[in-house]
Amino acid sequence: MPTRSRNRYSALSLLKHGLSHHENWQRAWRNPTPKQSYDVVIVGGGGHGLATAYYLAKVHGITNVAVVEKGYLGGGNTGRNTTIIRSNYLWDEAAHLYELSMKLWEGLTQELNFNVMFSQRGVMNLGHTLQDMRDIERRVNANRLNGIDGEVLSTAEIQTKIPLLNCSPDSRYPILGASWQPRGGTARHDAVAWGYARGADALGVDLIQQTEVTGIRRQNGVAVGVETNRGFIGAARIGCVTAGNSGVLAGMAGLRLPLESHPLQALVSEPLKPCLDTVVMSNAVHGYVSQSDKGDLVIGAGIDRYNGYGQRGSLHVVEHTLQAICELFPAFSRVRMNRQWGGIVDTCPDACPIISATSVPGLYFNCGWGTGGFKATPGSGFVFADTLAKGKLHSLAAPFTVDRFHSGALIDEHGAAGVAH
Amino acid sequence: MLQIYCPYCQELREEEEFSPSGEAHIARPRDPESLSDEQWGDYLFFRKNPRGLHREMWHHSAGCRRYFNVERDTVSYVIARSYPIGEDPAGAMVEGHDHE
Repeated sequence: MPTRSRNRYSALSLLKHGLSHHENWQRAWRNPTPKQSYDVVIVGGGGHGLATAYYLAKVHGITNVAVVEKGYLGGGNTGRNTTIIRSNYLWDEAAHLYELSMKLWEGLTQELNFNVMFSQRGVMNLGHTLQDMRDIERRVNANRLNGIDGEVLSTAEIQTKIPLLNCSPDSRYPILGASWQPRGGTARHDAVAWGYARGADALGVDLIQQTEVTGIRRQNGVAVGVETNRGFIGAARIGCVTAGNSGVLAGMAGLRLPLESHPLQALVSEPLKPCLDTVVMSNAVHGYVSQSDKGDLVIGAGIDRYNGYGQRGSLHVVEHTLQAICELFPAFSRVRMNRQWGGIVDTCPDACPIISATSVPGLYFNCGWGTGGFKATPGSGFVFADTLAKGKLHSLAAPFTVDRFHSGALIDEHGAAGVAH
Repeated sequence: MLQIYCPYCQELREEEEFSPSGEAHIARPRDPESLSDEQWGDYLFFRKNPRGLHREMWHHSAGCRRYFNVERDTVSYVIARSYPIGEDPAGAMVEGHDHE
């Protein structure tokens, strides 16, 4: 399919469309009817899937690609996370992958000609115990050896950066210090999905929404396409990027993945005047918070421990999170919460993703990002596109195959990343 | 919030009293030394994770502190039944990955 011409977004186009009362903006992407077959079919139209499709077209020139999404683009975890971006992972394998992502984030708005509102406001991971501080120092040192920015902050430095934070030595879990990644921050999650979708569509990728994959067709053991509620779509290669439903997709091909699906909840408050200009995370009291550009406090914490696909969790988990936030920020105790929701995360035993070929030739999985996939969206798409284009794992993806659960070469990022799991 | 029936206390109590402990009916291998890496990895890491009925262990951690099994739908979260460990060994016979 030839690349469609489309108008670039610019100050000039804004002015031009203003003259016609903004009534003639072009559609951001087409709504095509699926073709009979494609070179690559991506199952799942979230950020990771759309990024994969975009880089397949942009970097590898493979444009005969479809993204098949059962709902609407970015309607799953991409639209349900707390938008935190950082790359301060402990182990080399994870650090390299997330740092690739960070570098892509830094140019993403220009790359996509779509404002993803990437804001490098810094991410702070608090330490409340001596062991927390030892882990933080170890992690910051490891990060710096990997060329990733990081600092260890004292309590006084933290208090200067965040006046509202309760740094009193009398608090229940006193803050002894923190790690600080200045290049970390947030981005507008919907814009990331929309930007990649628009970019992929412009390069000729078909974005097929409201189409649910119901089966993976195999001939002589080789994947040849997907069955959907709109008929069969053939594919030379299939990439499944379906987060919490990855186990269901794997089951369709007779495969198993070491994943468990859990609800992860988040919530936002009523909009406030600017009061928090960075991202604060605490593993020990179990909560994280930032303030969106709209003024809402965006709050999240750990998963509901039971398995679930219901996109909702239990209220006492949210209550526990808010206790932590009020402990850290007593001034927030009278803020009212506006909305609360859940997404289904696919947690992996070692808290690292699975990017892998399978025993079914032609079928690939990119999943297991668990509670922290949003930050990885660009890097995940980049390495997965490379993998699908060449039929061989990208060097940064190679340590993340599903084989590691049988070889024992796990990449244990539990807690080591300073994240509240 | 789930409401869970503890078969030992014989009472319906709120979820906060309980801790989920993962998939039920996973038998520890009788002779771990004889397992292949494949089998050992499967035992440690691979779970059914069904979208639909799931048999799982719960611990009545703020109650009688005993483990029991629950059969629950992972989409609707409706609990079909709860039963003491050791009962219904047929539960272990549910093989494969039932996705609805």
